[in-house]
Amino acid sequence: MMDFALAFVVGGLMCMLAQLALDLTEMNPAMLMVVFVSLGAVASGLGLYAPLVEIAGAGASIPLPAFGHALVEGIGQDVDQYGPLGILSGGLRATAVGLTVAILSGYLMAIVFTPKG
Amino acid sequence: MGEHTLCFPTRPAILSTASIAGPQEGDGPFGDMFDVVKADTLLGEKTWEKAEVRMLQEALELCVYKAGWGLSDVQMLFCGDLLNQLSASHYAVRDFPVPFFGLYGACSTFVEGLILGALAVDGGYASHLVVGSSSHHDTAERQYRYPTEFGHQRPTTAQWTVCGAGAAALGQGQGPLITHATPGRIVDPGIKDVNDMGSAMAPAAADTFITHLADTGRTVDDYDLIVTGDLGRMGKSLLVTLLKHKNVDLSQRLLDCGSILYDHTAEVMSGASGCGCIAIMFAGYLFAEMQAGRAQRILLLANGSLHSPDTIQQGETLPGIAHAVALENSRGGDAE
Amino acid sequence: MPKATGRETAAYQRMIVASKPKRPLAENLVWAFVVGGAICLVGQGVKNIIMKAEGLTPTEAGPPTVGVMIFLGALFTGLGVYDRLARFGGMGANLPITGFANAIVAPAMEYQREGLVLGVSARMFTVAGPVIVHAVVVAVIVGTLSHFVGK
Repeated sequence: MMDFALAFVVGGLMCMLAQLALDLTEMNPAMLMVVFVSLGAVASGLGLYAPLVEIAGAGASIPLPAFGHALVEGIGQDVDQYGPLGILSGGLRATAVGLTVAILSGYLMAIVFTPKG
Repeated sequence: MGEHTLCFPTRPAILSTASIAGPQEGDGPFGDMFDVVKADTLLGEKTWEKAEVRMLQEALELCVYKAGWGLSDVQMLFCGDLLNQLSASHYAVRDFPVPFFGLYGACSTFVEGLILGALAVDGGYASHLVVGSSSHHDTAERQYRYPTEFGHQRPTTAQWTVCGAGAAALGQGQGPLITHATPGRIVDPGIKDVNDMGSAMAPAAADTFITHLADTGRTVDDYDLIVTGDLGRMGKSLLVTLLKHKNVDLSQRLLDCGSILYDHTAEVMSGASGCGCIAIMFAGYLFAEMQAGRAQRILLLANGSLHSPDTIQQGETLPGIAHAVALENSRGGDAE
Repeated sequence: MPKATGRETAAYQRMIVASKPKRPLAENLVWAFVVGGAICLVGQGVKNIIMKAEGLTPTEAGPPTVGVMIFLGALFTGLGVYDRLARFGGMGANLPITGFANAIVAPAMEYQREGLVLGVSARMFTVAGPVIVHAVVVAVIVGTLSHFVGK
């Protein structure tokens, strides 16, 4: 049960932080998604994000900063395995599942559903 | 007369109007006033653009019919909308065998059309003339903002584009008479927030209104109603404040179509907007009020924000404009 | 007075600030917390099921969980529910990976009427594209720094 509670609270807090930025700055949601994904990558580089995922599970791996974190982590793994070229291969390899599902479902939904407005 | 105001000696009349509204507009407090309320926003068409075209087309045809004319009687058409290259208007008038002028004045288009129409009628160049404008929430949303299914919270100053089309037939005869017009000049208060069009347009409305009063020598009390298009709640309160600084108290006579078209809900925020806003409110509600004699003299003060999505991304500001036309009931009409 | 001067603009800006309706901040924060937390809760449930069913470690279960959540976000966008969720959930609906899915699916659906190639495919990344681009650029910079400069 503890993992659920932590996922809810940490994930919720992260969204609250983003909401705070939305309400107090001039930034729009699309812009904030870019900011948070970048922040995730930076936090990952500083070694901060992996422990958070350890503790909060989905609470840290479902919000968008996890996408930046996954890219950085993938780069790290590929650099260890293949050397410097890993910088160019690791990021998208580590996030391939998510991106592919996103593209496929985008295509699928556009065929199956019509926008309701 | 005066600096910018035009006076029409022959007093062109608004002979008939037509209003076509979408479902959400139909659910609002003025739902019963519109000629036609559509059940959905697609109207059985394949795209929202086609639906907007259909609405405008139906509004024009209905207006011509209500004036007792045939389509071939119409001598000139003035139409506008919000879409790139005025595509809604162009497709809507495709089947009309009538000379056509496309107008862009953003949400002020309808009144811009009334002014130009009145000029043509007053000058004796036309006796059967139709003005129309339309907007559609979803066509505007995808052009100006986000794809419609993208989830985002709307800021408190955001406005909701009206789904609707309105038209008015102009000529000489019975109906509310167009006596004066004060075309607006562009006033740019330097606003950059596209979600705050009310603030961008309020100074233009104030400028045109002050000019109108100065040129005609009239006061606020000469009008039963002063009707702005779609300033929204935010822009309306700004207009009242701006005019208070000039010692003009508008608060008792001001009616903002955008603020009253919908019931206040979270989605709509500051109110309605779009070319269709003042068009359907005038065609559906205000025209009837004047004909019933509940309002003898009104000023339509339609405002527009003349920006494009590209210029805003390039850091440009929102230039505002407002056009005014004064309408009054004919005395002969009252005596009948 | 075609274009306002700096001083006029400043005075008018003060007037705007005074009459601007305030965002309901507390309410927004609570909804963002609840909606965002709830989505992560679902994510945790999906993750636990995947781990149990496939006998995977939490790390291994990460990508499939993200895949399932993206599909769910896409599905609810298709059903026309997600934009309504975001109206009150705000960033609570945008920030989770389901919001990323929404950002991809929404334009894909929006432009279906312009065709599969020039509509759906060309426009699919109008909102989410910048997210992917920045994620890749920043990650490459961070990766370069931490594995060469950092060592």
